Amino acid sequence: MNKELLGIGVLFGSTVLLAIPLGRYLATIYRGDKSWTDFLAPLERLLCRLGGIDATRQMTWQQHLGALLTINLVWFFWAMFVLCTQGSLPLNPDHNPSMSPDQAFNTAISFLVNCNLQHYSGESGATYFSQMFCLMFLQFVTAATGMAACVIVFNALKEGTTDKLGNFYDYFLKSLTRVLLPISLVIALVLAFQGTPMNLAAKAPLVTVQGDSVNVSRGPAAAMVAIKELGTNGGGFFGANSAHPLENPTYLTNAVENFALVLIPLAMVFAFGYYLRRPKLSFMVFGVMTVSFLLLLAPTVYYEMHGNPAIAHLGADQHLGALEGKEMRLGAAASAYWGITNTVISCGSVNSMHDSHMPISGMAELLGMMTNCFYGGVGVGFLNFFVFVVIAVFISGLMVGRTPEFLGKKIEAREMKIAVIIALLHPLLILAGTAMAAHLYVGNPTEYAGWLANPGYHGFSEMLYEYTSSAANNGSGFEGLGDNTLWWNISTGVVMVLARYLPIIGPVAIAGLLARKKFIPESAGTLRTDTGTFGIMVFFVIWIIAALAFFPSLALGPLAEHFTLYAR
Amino acid sequence: MKNQLIPAVRLTVVLLVLCSVVYPAVVWAVAQLAPGRGEGVQITRNGRVVGFANVGQKFDRPEYFNSRPSAADYHADGSSGSNKGPSNPEYLATVKARLDTFLLKNPGVTAAKVPAELITASGSGLDPHLSPQGALVQVARVAAARHLPASSVQALVQQHVETSVFGPDHVNVLQLNLALDELASHK
Repeated sequence: MNKELLGIGVLFGSTVLLAIPLGRYLATIYRGDKSWTDFLAPLERLLCRLGGIDATRQMTWQQHLGALLTINLVWFFWAMFVLCTQGSLPLNPDHNPSMSPDQAFNTAISFLVNCNLQHYSGESGATYFSQMFCLMFLQFVTAATGMAACVIVFNALKEGTTDKLGNFYDYFLKSLTRVLLPISLVIALVLAFQGTPMNLAAKAPLVTVQGDSVNVSRGPAAAMVAIKELGTNGGGFFGANSAHPLENPTYLTNAVENFALVLIPLAMVFAFGYYLRRPKLSFMVFGVMTVSFLLLLAPTVYYEMHGNPAIAHLGADQHLGALEGKEMRLGAAASAYWGITNTVISCGSVNSMHDSHMPISGMAELLGMMTNCFYGGVGVGFLNFFVFVVIAVFISGLMVGRTPEFLGKKIEAREMKIAVIIALLHPLLILAGTAMAAHLYVGNPTEYAGWLANPGYHGFSEMLYEYTSSAANNGSGFEGLGDNTLWWNISTGVVMVLARYLPIIGPVAIAGLLARKKFIPESAGTLRTDTGTFGIMVFFVIWIIAALAFFPSLALGPLAEHFTLYAR
Repeated sequence: MKNQLIPAVRLTVVLLVLCSVVYPAVVWAVAQLAPGRGEGVQITRNGRVVGFANVGQKFDRPEYFNSRPSAADYHADGSSGSNKGPSNPEYLATVKARLDTFLLKNPGVTAAKVPAELITASGSGLDPHLSPQGALVQVARVAAARHLPASSVQALVQQHVETSVFGPDHVNVLQLNLALDELASHK
């Protein structure tokens, strides 16, 4: 077997094997049971005392959302302040300027919502202060926010009737101290020992062997790259993200980074089962997600490893695959695997340029973000999946003529309305955004000529990708798009905010409403949700909603490009 | 919301210390034991820093093994790919021009022997590597330009192939070229 294929197989297998015990561990710590990391409890108590927080008070779902949104608002103002003034703040040895207000708005929002769309390049657009105290800080806390929101929903789905759903700060702080910080530390050290820089020095000037003068950008990269992946943030230290040879120096670092970004989203699925003591249910969820993931991965790996037919036509040797935008130490298979894991999971880091991928790969990446729940981002991916489960329960309940119930709670009109609004919000934001941008471009192609790096169908795909990535809080891009303009900064900023908070508020509200309802014990008349049959139902609900809503736009972009490219 | 604002601000300050001061400080401290001490692994020749092991640099002269085309022109204070789509006609014309130029500079080589990385730009614009074939196909030209026997240049390339368990095998162009200079000076 081809060793590159074997490499991605081993990587996926080992990630699943480690995600299962991590899921069990997550369930233990969030439930508050005894765990081997209890030695960190004094640190958590200290953080609470210094922060003036009571982490034992039980909260209703509304109080949870209040706490979550308030602290997010504080982070937004902090981020705006840092980015707008970074040029005059310390730790700026390269004398990079402050961001313009619209770029700062876009960047602040994008890191606040765990999206990490980057309309700047790290080398010249950010300072070490903003990388560490704004961007990396947000990478930690927004990941912890997503995990906490997910645990609130777990809590609400427990047996019994309650409106007390635990404490937001408790879940949030434990996510940081017992998961994100320690694992990031290990990853950062692996990166540092493999050659990723960790310093505060300015660019290193040097004269190359051939006699060219260059300046090599460095900085505190190792620390940031670790949480960038682990927290499924995706915002790179350098402009080229994990394609950059200092951000991702070896095949080993590539494997470790790719492992890190898949780990927690997978573990959250298993944590769900362990938390509710219904492990079969999480295997149903895992099965649906994995089948869908593999359906997207297989064509991408195939097309990337087979190269560009237009280049084959020139007669060059493409036995290593399509190499435009790829790095030689990583290769086509690892780049394809990375591309799909980073789009089904809302991480959005890149180790090759998605804009240069084959059209079908681009489409698979778009579909990963359009569905946004095949593993999904830390915490929030599961919330998106939960919305589809609610819809599937309702539809299958109607099909068999039973009252729709999920885990002993009736799903009624109010929950369904919320679920449908959240499920339809995603296509609305993506398609309306793309439609407006395409309308502007077509109306005045000369004024907006700087937007698109590629003509024709691919140019349309670039715009579609940008809104899809924003709405999925993904942050990767078809980076040929000239996106640091007022239009793109503001419009994607608005999309990102709506697409982050509504899909958190919606599922938490549904779960909160369900938790208050009377618990109906399982009986012979219950529609079982931990079976393969129900899994197939969820699978089709997701694919029909994604495919039907997005198929026309995919036909205009990647599909049209594919058929022209392969028709020669 | 109002009574949550003060704790939110306080907690933010506390977490800034934890995540943005303590955590990077620990990483930095331990990284002092790493190769390059967290500064990036530098390569010196005759006491002068000539490059970073992991950062590609531009080699386009005939007497050196040429590195890949770069959208960033190997200016390492930035990084970028070309972001050209696979069907872009302007891009495909560029690729064709690169192939033609390569064939012109390397007489005797046919298009089927030219691996794709020599005519496509990398993701970062700073790719330090070539595939072994990407170096081997340049051996005849380099040997002729250096007046070295092709067999010894070929052996040099073979010595510099880094095999990877799961990834593609590759050659570090900077290190290969430094070794080439060394070989030529002992001629």
